[in-house]
Amino acid sequence: MSAPMLAATVPDSLTFAISAAVILAGALGVITSRNAVHAALSLVMTLFGVAVLFIEQQASFLAAVQIIVYAGAIVVLFLFVIMFLGVDRRENVAEEPLRGQRPLAVLLVAVAMGGVIALGVSAHWATGAHAVAGSTTAGHHSNVYVLGKAVFTTYLFAFEATAALLVIAVVGAVVLAKRPRSGESRGEEPAGPEEPAVDGSSADDEGPGGPPALVGGGASVTGAADHGGAG
Amino acid sequence: MSIPGEWYLILAAALFILGALGLLVRRNVLVMFMCIELMLNAANLTFVTYSRMLGDIGGQVVVFFVLVVAAAEVVVGLGIVVAIFRRRASSSADDLNALKG
Repeated sequence: MSAPMLAATVPDSLTFAISAAVILAGALGVITSRNAVHAALSLVMTLFGVAVLFIEQQASFLAAVQIIVYAGAIVVLFLFVIMFLGVDRRENVAEEPLRGQRPLAVLLVAVAMGGVIALGVSAHWATGAHAVAGSTTAGHHSNVYVLGKAVFTTYLFAFEATAALLVIAVVGAVVLAKRPRSGESRGEEPAGPEEPAVDGSSADDEGPGGPPALVGGGASVTGAADHGGAG
Repeated sequence: MSIPGEWYLILAAALFILGALGLLVRRNVLVMFMCIELMLNAANLTFVTYSRMLGDIGGQVVVFFVLVVAAAEVVVGLGIVVAIFRRRASSSADDLNALKG
């Protein structure tokens, strides 16, 4: 098992071994830590390890993007939401809400891992044509040059589509995170406010579309639907 | 000579199953999102490894797009978490039973 690894140079082997240990330790930290903040920090550990392995495989641009986008933006967003929602809520990891779920989950992922490795061993790991979309070292250019050329020529349409996707995601996030028009109480039950909404005294609490529904008389259905969408 | 790609693929498989295990057993929605990120990273590592093994830049381009999709997914997902939390004051997936029959 260690024979192919010994064929590599010592720095490469050390880099891979340490990065693999960091990645797996971080992943274990994510799935076992009780505090969500600790899970997020373990996630940063895993992301750094993956970035090191990207560099090890001559994907230096992706390593930089991995650090900037994942560790710099996504995890900070996670931490922001964790702090926003309250950090003192610790999950009791020891209790098991569904009996027998964890052994089943472990069994399932063990079967999946064994299946993937068995398939890889029996099928030579990587088969197929080489350098279909362009070589990684075309003309001895740098990684950024080759990657940029591929993105802006072969994959230009997909690149433009991701721009649209990002705009849609930003709009969706703003719509989802927007507070309701005037202070509706947080943490209210979904079925709660239907009765107060029809008496007309709290008509200004509704979003746009609420008051006409109230005037129309059939307020419960439309008002509740609008309420559910805005809240 | 660098590390053969098989080791990277095995490591990526291990990372993926750890993410899947966390997604199956954890109850906190935020931690479940982090486990999805773990699985996305495992897939990214696999793509980069295949890109190196086959000498093909396409794998790295796919990783680039996966990063964009992951960012969009996290933004929308955390927006949903915040919207749910405003209603239920809970970030546990077990409490999201409003559609239960």
